[in-house]
Amino acid sequence: MINFLPSVVSRSQSSKLMSLFVPIIAVILTLMTGSIIFSLMGFNPIFALHTFFISPISSAYGISELLVKATPLALIAIGLAFCFKNNLYNIGAEGQLTMGAIFGGGVGIFFHDTNGFWLLPLMIIAGAIGGALWGLIPALLKTKFNTNEILTSLMLVYVALLILDYLVVGPWKDPQGYSFPKTRSFSDSGRMPLLFSGLRIHFGLFITLFLIFFSWFIFTKTIFGFQLKVSGFSPSAARYAGFNQNRLVYLAFAICGSFAGIAGLAEVSGPIGLLYRDISPNYGFTAIIVAFLGRLHPIGIIFASLVIALTYLGAEDAQLFMQIPAAVGFVFQGLVLFYLLGADFLVNYKLEFRKNK
Amino acid sequence: MNLESLIGVIQIVLIATTPLVFASIGELVTEKSGVLNLGVEGMMLVGAVTAFVTLVITGSYFLAFIFSILSGIFMSGLFAFLVLILMSNQVATGLALTIFGIGLSSMIGKEYIGTPIDGLTPWYFVIFSFIIIFLISYFFYKTKHGLILRAVGESHTSAHALGYNVIKIRLYSILFGGSMCALAGSYMSICYAPMWQEGMTAGRGWIALALVVFSTWKPSRILLGAYIFGGVTILQMNLQAFGLRLPAQFFNMAPYIATMLVLVIISSNKLRIKLSAPASLTIPFHKGN
Repeated sequence: MINFLPSVVSRSQSSKLMSLFVPIIAVILTLMTGSIIFSLMGFNPIFALHTFFISPISSAYGISELLVKATPLALIAIGLAFCFKNNLYNIGAEGQLTMGAIFGGGVGIFFHDTNGFWLLPLMIIAGAIGGALWGLIPALLKTKFNTNEILTSLMLVYVALLILDYLVVGPWKDPQGYSFPKTRSFSDSGRMPLLFSGLRIHFGLFITLFLIFFSWFIFTKTIFGFQLKVSGFSPSAARYAGFNQNRLVYLAFAICGSFAGIAGLAEVSGPIGLLYRDISPNYGFTAIIVAFLGRLHPIGIIFASLVIALTYLGAEDAQLFMQIPAAVGFVFQGLVLFYLLGADFLVNYKLEFRKNK
Repeated sequence: MNLESLIGVIQIVLIATTPLVFASIGELVTEKSGVLNLGVEGMMLVGAVTAFVTLVITGSYFLAFIFSILSGIFMSGLFAFLVLILMSNQVATGLALTIFGIGLSSMIGKEYIGTPIDGLTPWYFVIFSFIIIFLISYFFYKTKHGLILRAVGESHTSAHALGYNVIKIRLYSILFGGSMCALAGSYMSICYAPMWQEGMTAGRGWIALALVVFSTWKPSRILLGAYIFGGVTILQMNLQAFGLRLPAQFFNMAPYIATMLVLVIISSNKLRIKLSAPASLTIPFHKGN
């Protein structure tokens, strides 16, 4: 007799095929849920989904905006992969991004009336250092004091945002800016070069692509990448193998922080051009979703960053044309992650119809 | 400082600390059963906005709190389904819950920003926060069900072997945690600062998570931690009022830096954390294993 209720059986090895399909399943389920939400709100779901996901990218300008949003997301996400691969839950990328913007932007403000080819590289380096230093704090607290990195890295986000707030209303305030909380604009050579005139897509895209390639190289071709993988998969195996665990923690956080810092600098020296309070629409948090959706894999992260960037654009259009609050974008992002994590069940377990004994 | 202003300060500390107590005791019960829910901030926000919107629409405080708690049960139920039935990673699922909650709450509350309401007196809730700590302590250490819940958190395989329904006990613990977080949120939007604003909990959910570590998973120490914390936060406001010359942003950093310091001090004793944390925390339970 066949038992009609399937039983849950762990797979002896996680399914590669499912691992590839689950993110696609998650996106499809999110779209289905989205159309249900839209019809409940009284919109024609086809029209709503079209407004949300198709019309934002049906022009050259739209494609450029998509890449403008995907650039920081992909860069932060590939940085997070260094931490997540090693089971280090750094969720403070938003703070590391902010610190990068402060350090790099600070250089830009200091040289606001100077031009030179050296300025932008100097700002990028300063941004990377700022992000890395901010990322190293939770790493240090973890290795020296056994402190949970999830909570410390998150607390540092609030601290970084307050430092930025202090700087833009206080010492770095634009003297000609009346009462607006913003700094002076960077000089022209402190801005990311635009790739096409009239579009906002900037040189940061190439930096992101280069660093993604660099990360792929580290993950697959170096001992450090191997150590990350082993120690994430089995910490005890890594210990027996004699890997220096603390060093791995420092490196993962420093790389992740510097990538987020460069992403922050690329934002302020790209589309923005100065420092003010709201430099990032939660890129640091959203990148966590991108990293998971992309399976911590360089190629996966590129695709995931495009999908998630689309939720930002779609939300803006939905607000404009359908009067739906733009926060609906974050709801979709949360849903994607829920479905992804839920569907991961299929990677590690299978349902089996077994005969009753 | 005269007596009157001292009483004033104590009142402010009590009012400001109460939501932290609610959220952390809820999370403590969840963690005691062996589940880490990082969605506290998200559940608080959804609870806050649900209470606020219900109050504006119906004008009933009672309904506002009921609906708010139902929203907490909904949010934590979603989390429970993922981590208990689909055995997803608890850390990632909790983060998803917070991101989802931030989005959902600002979507629901968009039209209600700036709507005025009559706030409710906080004192019943302040008193209730002390009672709930006492009740939970009693439940954990004096009742059989409390013992079972702790056993599930320490070793789910043993509890399962003894015939206890691990999934059911964890489900109840998660739902209780969700309702308490929603209550904390509704207290914030209806009593503490009668208004709705996006992200109005300002990291209190994360601070509540830190307080659970600080308490070394003991209910009574939640009170101690929360009040030290509330005291420090109010102290910085007073220093500011007394004219200590520092930009306001540096004072506003105090709660976050204090949280980190407290975590460092408590966690640096590795053995203490290892002995007091529920041994099955974050490990999924699967009958077949």
